Amino acid sequence: MIKFSDKQLKIPQMQRPVFLVTGGMSKFDRSIPEKRTEELVIDSFVEAAEFINKTPAELKEYIHSCYYGHFADHFGDQLLGEAVIHDRLGLDPLGNVGIKTGGATGGSTLWEAFKAVASGYSDCVLAMGWERMDEVPTDEGNNYIASAADKDWETPLGHIYTGYYAVMAQKYWQVFGKEEESFRHTMAEIAVKNRGYARMNPHAQGPMDITVEDVLNSPVVAYPLRALDCCLMSVGASCAILCDEKTAYELTDNPLIIYVSAGSHTLRVADRRDMDIPLLPNESPDQYKDLGERFPGGDRYPGFTSFLAARMAAYYGYRMAGVVDPTEDLDLVELHDAFTISDIQTYEDIGIRPYGEGRTYVESGDCYHTNPHTGEPGKLPSNLCGGLIGCMHAVGATGIMQTVEVGQHIWGRWAEMHEDQSKWDRFGRTKPDDWTNLQVEGAKRGLAISHAGVGSHVTATILVHPDHQLERNES
Amino acid sequence: MSTAKRGKVRVERGRYRLDGQFHFPYPNDPIRNEDGVLMGITNPRDLTHIHMYGGEAPFFEGLGQGKLLGTRCDNQNCDANGSIFIPFRIHCPDCLGKNTIVDMTETAQKGATVHTFMITERTGAFNTLPKPIRFVNVEFEGVPTILMGYLSVGEPEIGMKVVPIFNTTKPSYTILDLSWVPEGTNESDIPEGFTFG
Repeated sequence: MIKFSDKQLKIPQMQRPVFLVTGGMSKFDRSIPEKRTEELVIDSFVEAAEFINKTPAELKEYIHSCYYGHFADHFGDQLLGEAVIHDRLGLDPLGNVGIKTGGATGGSTLWEAFKAVASGYSDCVLAMGWERMDEVPTDEGNNYIASAADKDWETPLGHIYTGYYAVMAQKYWQVFGKEEESFRHTMAEIAVKNRGYARMNPHAQGPMDITVEDVLNSPVVAYPLRALDCCLMSVGASCAILCDEKTAYELTDNPLIIYVSAGSHTLRVADRRDMDIPLLPNESPDQYKDLGERFPGGDRYPGFTSFLAARMAAYYGYRMAGVVDPTEDLDLVELHDAFTISDIQTYEDIGIRPYGEGRTYVESGDCYHTNPHTGEPGKLPSNLCGGLIGCMHAVGATGIMQTVEVGQHIWGRWAEMHEDQSKWDRFGRTKPDDWTNLQVEGAKRGLAISHAGVGSHVTATILVHPDHQLERNES
Repeated sequence: MSTAKRGKVRVERGRYRLDGQFHFPYPNDPIRNEDGVLMGITNPRDLTHIHMYGGEAPFFEGLGQGKLLGTRCDNQNCDANGSIFIPFRIHCPDCLGKNTIVDMTETAQKGATVHTFMITERTGAFNTLPKPIRFVNVEFEGVPTILMGYLSVGEPEIGMKVVPIFNTTKPSYTILDLSWVPEGTNESDIPEGFTFG
């Protein structure tokens, strides 16, 4: 049984508040042969500058240090790629550092940027993430991704990361899904939803107008996961500018308060030892006592069914931002839907639903922009950009892209950034005739989760409109 | 492919002694679009890494000898005292003391259970296992961790009793030298080169 000390569970303190001022993103696609990575990075930076009516040169004048997220040197085939990007952005002689935490690289990049401003080291920082996964064929890409598992104990087993994930999916499916057809149907709904929302996003590479049956009939990757349950492999870049309060209001009239927290757990699922469930503010010590009775096999925590890293990111982050109940206190979320089943697992880890009941977030319709059962706005819409399944997973960029997307909703500018025909044309994409504005009306607070591997690193980024702050809650 | 001998390594007096070639260069090829415009180049390469097992070497040597080795924290002042680790951990994750190597072969032969599993036809490049691959994550009596491996005979199920088999005939000195079969499997049914240890 693992125990944590009070010192380890301290709720992070900032020396001063940190603000998200702007962000941008490139086009995302499976391959972008016509552009170098540096060009995609510049595309995202230019979008961020234009979003606050600045030229790139004007915005650069404010930046004091830079945080670069790039998961895999293997994929880019360029060690110290951060130096290449930094030079092409013309940001010498500013200090910069590369950040690598697998799938959570984007979120971790924001975490480092956040701390740099919170500490007073910098008043304005650039968090930029990218990935170029098209330099090798897909099976070699899968081998590279599998290199992020333990190279002696896991990678030789098939060189396929999906497999290391699928054993967790299988356990969750059997214990909490009880192998019910209805649960499998719920998983498929997530794939339909996220690919459908991607249709409204000109940046997205995987838009599809599909049905649950299409998902259930797609090829099996590792049962119960099918091809349409899985995320994309991508190329692209995304960035965010974080500032202290004074600088933020020099750059824009409407910055958002940002909090970023992080958790971790073993790289190998194999090494996980049992522990008590760390509780979120909306949970009580007794509520999981009968979890093993309600879900036989579900009493081993975190076991193969939960992500402790996600739980801890939420544990710290909610208390930093004053979130008690995410469904009540947040207006939208962007989750790391690497697989439909891990999306459901995450609902529980971050307290959208109690452990064992994640599926009800989908089945209630709460996760939709418009609840399909009531026609009313969804209570907590998720992954309106399409997520990793529908939009992209250009690993180093993902967590940043999702945060920028949440920000665009709170700024009330989602339609402006997704509707413009010239952007669809520039990306060579056809805007659907039934294009729909997915702006979450009146959004004031949102969350983005960035997640690595089978749960080795997870970050929680919370955005809050300054006029709608919650009281910090350390209980 | 060059006809040069692929590199081999031995360690003598704490230093690597290399023999043969460790990388094989190939020429680049241009990549053009349908209009013949240069877009990029291919960058082929073939190289050999030199990878040390360090304190885990006894585990990988043990597999080829039909043994499943784990480790145990014997620090009486540590909360994890008595915990057995499979995967083999050189140091206790709590006190960071050096663990004691313990032979878990008999425990695995008597009481290994499938905690979870997956079956896939898909693999990444460089996979050498026959497809479909059946991963099994195996629990042992009295061990808090759960080891990932692959099932060589039958179809996996949660709760299934399994026993280890080892590539003792021609070991690869990798984790692939360890596999699992359902309890009661006949020796004649296990893959060539493998034994029950």
